[in-house]
Amino acid sequence: MSEHRVIVVGGGLAGLSAAARIAEAGTPVDLFSVVPVKRSHSVCAQGGINACNEVARQQGYSEYEHFDETIYGGDFLADQHPVLEMANWAPRIIDLLDRMGVPFNRTGEGNRDLRLFGGSLFKRTHFSGATTGQQLIYALDEQVRRYESEGKVTKYEFWEFLWPILHDGRCVGIVAQDMRTMQIRSFRCDAVIMATGGCGLVFGKSTNSVICTGAAAARCFRAGVWYGNPEMIQVHPTAIPGADKLRLMSESARGEGGRVWVPRKPKDVRAPKEIPEAERWYFLEEKYPAYGNIVPRDIATREIFDVCVNQGMGVYGENQVYLDLTHKDPDYLTRKLGGILEIYEKFVGEDPRFTPMKIFPAVHYSMGGLWTTYTKGSYNPQTPLAKHKSGSPAPIDAKVGQGMQLGAINNSMTNVPGLYAFGEVNFAYHGANRLGANALLSCIFDGLFCGVSVLNFIKNEAPGKNPASGLASGAFDAGVAQETAKMKNLLDGAKPGNTDAATNPYHIGKELGDEMTAACTVVRTEARLKQCLVKLAELKDRYSKLKLSDSSSWTNQSFGYARSVGDMLALAEAVALGALQRKESRGAHYRSDYTQRNDANFMKTTLARHIEGSTTVEFVPIDESLILATARTYGKKDTSPKHKTEPALAAAGS
Amino acid sequence: MSTATASPNHLPRRTATPGRSVIFRIKRSEGPNKPSHWEDFKIEVPKNANVISCLQQIAANPMTTDGKSVTPVVWDAGCLEEVCGACTMVINGKVRQSCSCLIDEYAPNEGDVITLEPMTKFPVVRDLWVDRSRLFHNLSRVKAWVPIDGTYHLGSGPKETPASQATHYVLSTCMSCGCCLEACPQFNLEEDKTKWDNSFVGAHAISQARLFNEHPIGKELKGERLDALMGEGGINDCGNAQNCVKVCPKNIPLTESIATIGRQTTIHAIAQFFRG
Repeated sequence: MSEHRVIVVGGGLAGLSAAARIAEAGTPVDLFSVVPVKRSHSVCAQGGINACNEVARQQGYSEYEHFDETIYGGDFLADQHPVLEMANWAPRIIDLLDRMGVPFNRTGEGNRDLRLFGGSLFKRTHFSGATTGQQLIYALDEQVRRYESEGKVTKYEFWEFLWPILHDGRCVGIVAQDMRTMQIRSFRCDAVIMATGGCGLVFGKSTNSVICTGAAAARCFRAGVWYGNPEMIQVHPTAIPGADKLRLMSESARGEGGRVWVPRKPKDVRAPKEIPEAERWYFLEEKYPAYGNIVPRDIATREIFDVCVNQGMGVYGENQVYLDLTHKDPDYLTRKLGGILEIYEKFVGEDPRFTPMKIFPAVHYSMGGLWTTYTKGSYNPQTPLAKHKSGSPAPIDAKVGQGMQLGAINNSMTNVPGLYAFGEVNFAYHGANRLGANALLSCIFDGLFCGVSVLNFIKNEAPGKNPASGLASGAFDAGVAQETAKMKNLLDGAKPGNTDAATNPYHIGKELGDEMTAACTVVRTEARLKQCLVKLAELKDRYSKLKLSDSSSWTNQSFGYARSVGDMLALAEAVALGALQRKESRGAHYRSDYTQRNDANFMKTTLARHIEGSTTVEFVPIDESLILATARTYGKKDTSPKHKTEPALAAAGS
Repeated sequence: MSTATASPNHLPRRTATPGRSVIFRIKRSEGPNKPSHWEDFKIEVPKNANVISCLQQIAANPMTTDGKSVTPVVWDAGCLEEVCGACTMVINGKVRQSCSCLIDEYAPNEGDVITLEPMTKFPVVRDLWVDRSRLFHNLSRVKAWVPIDGTYHLGSGPKETPASQATHYVLSTCMSCGCCLEACPQFNLEEDKTKWDNSFVGAHAISQARLFNEHPIGKELKGERLDALMGEGGINDCGNAQNCVKVCPKNIPLTESIATIGRQTTIHAIAQFFRG
């Protein structure tokens, strides 16, 4: 039995896999989540999970090529060693999920079926209908429920993480609040794993769940944890516009043959079926003959944005393009994509098997996140290798420990000893752009691989001699006092009728989202980013005078939201500052005033720090010792679009 | 306009009046066991509105139709695309997810009324938010998991035919929303946790028991699951009303699962009898 405890904050794929790995080793886990863990945002992942597999392997694919694709897809911004280890582990993770009972789609013989996904020429994506994230999290939820019933995991659902407790240079617990009773209290532990996902709500409407505020990460940031590459925000090319959110239309729709097009005639009023083949512009296929519709997300997004916003070629003159599956067999589509086609039909009222979908890009994923470190593994070539030639023999096998050293205590640890960050909340694996179906992988990889590091930390480092259970109560009491004061301050003067837009949290939140979407998504410029920072300063000032319309001390949801808005403002500032200072274009970060990648100055991690209320940004070197950076073109053909209208429109809006 | 290729499943949408206002009649209470009351809110309906986007509008400006400023309405929500199950409530008397409830469908005309109530089979936390922990607890009662040897790499799982996968995938899409429990005459509100293990387990849990009983390794616990389902609050409490299957948003064949488990318990009971 262990006298140690570990706290996991967040019950999505990263949090659950970490909880399972740690509980299984005999260390009790306290699992905190703002929702019942089974409802975490991981359920929204649709398309699949990448891993080298036997079919692809026998065609020349390898774990190494998966690694190479991920680095290239991320435009050479990720530290390379952790990505190598993740790619090498991927097949083991699929096997594990298979054993847990995930109903992966099957081939006729009963093997796991595979589909094509962005950024690869090989089928290496495993899937379970089009609700793969849901099926994966359910499998992990079931395993954690099993440990819970054995008393090894204690769940704190509807509890919100408020602050990390630091003592003597290490993290020894958290302050959290029960969002029903509003009780604020501290919890002791020997290591904290943040697994709280992304920050889509900073951009107002996104593909994210309503819980993805990024507040937990922002609180760590404000407490002194470093943040890496905040400006790297993925805008997914295909989402369904809606009044409350922008619902994802999975990349698997393109992986299964979906074609993106617009009518060649601007503002064509005809229904899509009435437009003959010759009058359709399949612009992705035209520009990227090799990858076609499955170019990586940042590229597809910019092309769709360009066609609609700059060239005015959107369907019916609006910001939308067709994503067309109607040439495929309807039964095949139901089998492979049923879940997502159902979502479209439910929310739009048209059946995508018979009518092309109308889609537009939406904020989707944060490549950036809490800064984490690691210990390099055993593979260290004398000089970096050239980009891997697709399908050629891999220079190394996929043995464990070549990318990262298994069990090294600092794997996925932040700059604060004992405080770890797993999954989307860290910045480690996806560089400047995440490849589709790599997110589920990175979450589970962190939980399983770096979970071992957490166990070693509590056994061999400070907690080994000095467990948190024996510490004096000072730091814990101070944390509770700080958060209680923060709540009191926000509730001060709360009463129904406080609806003045200037000081209403919902209005401030909406203005924040609108501003961030306008300034910090597909196209960024120095002037617009500076304007954004001015707006953020105004919102911060208004936030300091916030007035709530609910003073209740029971399940005060608007208080919870209002508190998060303050944290979102801090993250937004880091995003805008990073985007302003990164004077180049790389992956998801496109600056129309610096359109080229600048490796000499910016093939570096953006390191944001929050010190005494203000955020600073610097650029620190990355580990680029395995693969040489090359131009990231995806074989783009230099064809100018055939229907260019007034190009002057372009810069005006952005 | 050609409609010859329209899908048989195509849902023709009602034509809704643009720019109309709709009344939301919401059942509110300040906390568990506090009295409830109704409040009306008038909302100008934007394009593509659903219940969630209207509740968001109310949260930003909570004023009733008679001009009274009130507290923002509390409700539970998550993914907003009907895969997490969080935003389940009773809308116009029928249990469903509020995210997929489109206003154009439910209230196409000026002045139409939409009523929102919390689910009745779970304790209210506040307003439309209920505490569904019992639903998750019941998944533990039937040991709804595959008893694997741990998370280390021990090779792949069993093969499965596409037909078998198709059956199990549907069962596995249960998002624990609780619609089947709200509609079930045998599943009743029970606030006393000590009575949960003897109260009806619910269609969702029975269906999960079936899913894991049919898994090549999951079936190792089949006997324990059936023992649990043969006890008090087990499958014999099902009154065969078949409401569950009608309200399931994922079209999970819940009554088929109940029938399957019914057969399995009968065989299990006979086997136990002969074993003595």
